[in-house]
Parts: sequence; C-alpha cells; structure tokens
Amino acid sequence: MDPLARYDPLVDDPAAFHAACDRPLPSVVRVNGLASTPARVRRAFEEAGVGYEPVCWHDGLFRLADDVSPGNTWPFVHGWVYGQEEVSAVPALALDPEPGERVFDPCAAPGSKTTQVAALMDDRGLVVANDNDLGRLSALRANAERCGVTNVAVTRSDARNFSLSPVGGERFDRALVDVPCSCEGTVRKNPDALEDWSLDHVEGIAGVQTAILGRALEVTRAGGTVVYATCTFAPEENEAVLQHALEEYDCHVVDFELALKHAPGVTKWKGETYDDAVRQAKRIYPHHNDTGGFFCAKLEVAA
Amino acid sequence: MTDDGLDGDGQGRDGAAARDAGDGGTDAPTNDGQRFDRLPATAADRVVDGRATRREVVDWWVDRFGLEAATFDSHTFWEKGAGKVWAFAGEVDSPAGVEGLGMTFLRTRQEHWKPTTNAVQRFGRAATRNVVVLEEADATAFLAGETVEPGWDGDWGYLVAAHDVAGGVEPIGVGLYVHDELRSRMPKGRRREP
Ligand SMILES: C[S@@+](CC[C@H](N)C(=O)[O-])C[C@H]1O[C@@H](n2cnc3c(N)ncnc32)[C@H](O)[C@@H]1O
Repeated sequence: MDPLARYDPLVDDPAAFHAACDRPLPSVVRVNGLASTPARVRRAFEEAGVGYEPVCWHDGLFRLADDVSPGNTWPFVHGWVYGQEEVSAVPALALDPEPGERVFDPCAAPGSKTTQVAALMDDRGLVVANDNDLGRLSALRANAERCGVTNVAVTRSDARNFSLSPVGGERFDRALVDVPCSCEGTVRKNPDALEDWSLDHVEGIAGVQTAILGRALEVTRAGGTVVYATCTFAPEENEAVLQHALEEYDCHVVDFELALKHAPGVTKWKGETYDDAVRQAKRIYPHHNDTGGFFCAKLEVAA
Repeated sequence: MTDDGLDGDGQGRDGAAARDAGDGGTDAPTNDGQRFDRLPATAADRVVDGRATRREVVDWWVDRFGLEAATFDSHTFWEKGAGKVWAFAGEVDSPAGVEGLGMTFLRTRQEHWKPTTNAVQRFGRAATRNVVVLEEADATAFLAGETVEPGWDGDWGYLVAAHDVAGGVEPIGVGLYVHDELRSRMPKGRRREP
C-alpha cells in the first residue's frame, strides 16, 4: 500500500500527484552569489558543453541535463554552484536574512541552506550551523568552505536543548528550522524513501520537530523570524507542529511571497483542527512545478 | 619529504606539535589543538609559544600574493589544531567552544606557510603576484592532482594556480613550484577529472 495515498484528500489532482512522485527528479544547482553570478555560471556551462535550463521562478537555479554530473564541472570546483533541490531553496528565501544579522540553523548538515543563507548575508554577520551528526557536520564544513563562506560557526548538539553560551549568549535575529522528517517529498530522488514508512515513525519524529522548533523560538529575539521547513506531506509533521508552537509560544504565522505554485496549509486532518493561521504555510506538491515535495512556514516571535 | 624543504602538508610537524600540546609539565601556555584560540594581534601580545600573530598572517598574504591588507579587516583569525589558522568573519569569545569557525585558511608552525585550497579560491581572485595561469590542459591535469610544467620564471614556493574560465581568471588551488615544475596540492577530496 502506497503511504502517499493518505494525502489524496488533500491534493487537487491525486492522479497527477502520484504520477509525478514516480518520475525521477532533474538535478539542480544553485548559484553561490559569494563566488559567481548566474551569467558567469551559464557561460562556464556553455564553454564546457554542459546542458542546462533556467528555472522560471529564480534566476540563480539551473536544471542540468540528465547526463551531467555536477560535481565534475568547473563551476562546482570553483564553489560557484551548489547541488540543491529546487524546492529546498525556498526556506532561505522565506527567511530573507540581512547582512550582519545573527542566524540560527539548528539542523544544518550538510549545509545547502546554510551556504545559501550565508550568501544572502553576503558572508557578513553570523550563521550558527548546528547538527547532532558528526559525519554530516564534516560534510557541512567542507561544503561551506568550498563556497567560500567564513561567517559560519559550527556547533554539534541536540537542537532540542541547544545552548547559546558557546556563541556569545545573545539571541538570534532569525532561525531556519529545517528539521529531520519522514522525507515523503524526496521519493523522486530516493525511491526507497517510503520503504520504512510507518505512522509510529511519523508521530515519533513529530515530537522531535516540535521540540526543535520550540527551542528555536526560545533562542530567537522578540520580533525575530523563524522559518519552519520539512520535505514531507504529513500534516502531523507540519501543521500540527505549527499548531503546537502557536499554543505554547508567543508567536504567530506570517505570509511570505513564493513564486512557485503551491497550496495553503491544511486546517483539518484526521479529526484534528488547526488554527486558521496555518493556511499561510505553503505546501508544494511534486506535480505543481515538477519538483520534490515541500512544506514551509514563516513565524514571527511576538515583539 | 622533498629535498627543497618545502613540503606540502606538514603532517610530521603536526604530530610533534600535538605532543607539545599535551605537555602539562611547564607553566608556559601551549597550544591546545582541540579548541579555537584567537591569534594575538602582534608579537608583543603573544602568550602561546609559536603561535602566529594576526599581523604576521595578514602580512603573509600581502607579501606573497599582493592582496590589500584591508581585505581582512572584518575577519578574526584563530588557531585550532597545530598551526592550523582559521579565518572567521565575526567575533566570538576566545577560546571558542565550537566545532568550526569560518574556514581553514593557512598552515603555520612550519618553515614555509601554506594557504589552503579554499582560502586561495576565496581570496586568490584578488592576488596580483605569484599567480600562475594554466592552459586548459594543464588546468585539468592540475585539478586531477598531477604535476604540470607551466613555464614560470617567478618565485619558487606556493603559488595560486588559476585558469581562464567564463571570461575571467579563477583560482583552482595551491601549487608548489620547485625545480621547474608545479606540483598540485589539490586535496584528495577536491580532485576531479572534468
Ligand atoms: C533535513 S536535514 C537538514 C538539511 C540541511 N538543512 C540542508 O539544507 O542541507 C535534517 C538534519 O537534522 C539533523 N538532526 C536530526 N535530529 C537532530 C537533533 N535532535 N538535533 C540536531 N540535529 C538533528 C540530521 O542529522 C540532519 O542533518
């Protein structure tokens, strides 16, 4: 039984949804603005005969032809591009950090969003990139260095009880909470993603997500921004986690602009009802834009 | 070890310095290879023996590659690991209890200091000397870790190896120029065969 069938009541076109989930995903690179520009990356791909296509909603993302292995191209070697799924570029844009701010990335490895956030900050200010997995942190360090990022401090801890003291004790202006999840939205990249799917796992991981988001809200200053993201469809891991945050913390959900086609957050699921505010969260389904699946919400800590 | 005394990664010295770090027998502070300590501003501020100073680090890049000293105005420098200097675009208290701080930048505590590949990629674009621009075939061989013979009548020692790509010169990595050849110092994990 296909676990994704449980979302049929939520999607506009279930047949298209399932068909898209069965197709492989094109590989996508994001231009690293610290090292290059979209125009120069295009030119380097053209010189090398690398097939690419721009994406319509963002000039710094390119879909590569199927025969290209991005890691072996000059733009990758020079740190001009980072291999990153198209939808995974959304949360850093929603976060919209400014140069000079303090930003928290509690579940950061291997660093696709960390490096994107650092580039949006023009490598100024501080990004605290935390993860609890040492092996993945070493990949993060390598990726950040390849991108020429120098404003990142890397910490290793359980994000549920992250401590501010090693990083100056001061709260953050923004946090990008990209939690571990059941990864249903990555089936196109990794067809085995659903093999171990179980409701128990979904509910268990939702507990971890709730605690990580809660801690991020605690260490963000009044008036600061917290973006919550998953690559999964399960409302238990998405709207239900937001609902909990709205009940326990002095924060609210806010809208953000997104040029990709998307659906609003859901307010009813399996007998549960969520605050109307979660409708401002965005659900991105694979058949909408021929991407992976994604969920992203923007919160503000009350001033 | 090469006969010119300019070897790449200072592995042996690492071990020696690590033993120093473990030596609790003397009163003078020694380098603790496990944590980030901020570099002293100048030699007069130096407490830990053998630690490079901020001024020496900046001067080294200015002398070797002709960078403006102001390039590094907003960076702080740190030592973690024997002689390994990190560049961080910010301030935290020293010693810093973190796993990483900015990027590894320069290998000191050895006769010839050596920039990292990532530092050269990040800062080497502005270099005005000791940059060798490789023909495309040599650039590709260099990236794969091979020694090339680009024809260079400048200094021996560590050079920025670069090539022309998409309308500009872009650094690839660090090469050691000795005996009329340029030895690629691309780390294993960064070698590629495009
Ligand atoms: C979705 S991935 C993050 C991807 C990353 N943000 C990126 O853009 O490259 C989730 C990460 O959370 C980490 N993680 C899981 N549980 C954690 C916890 N309790 N504390 C901190 N990190 C955790 C995992 O090791 C994993 O790297």
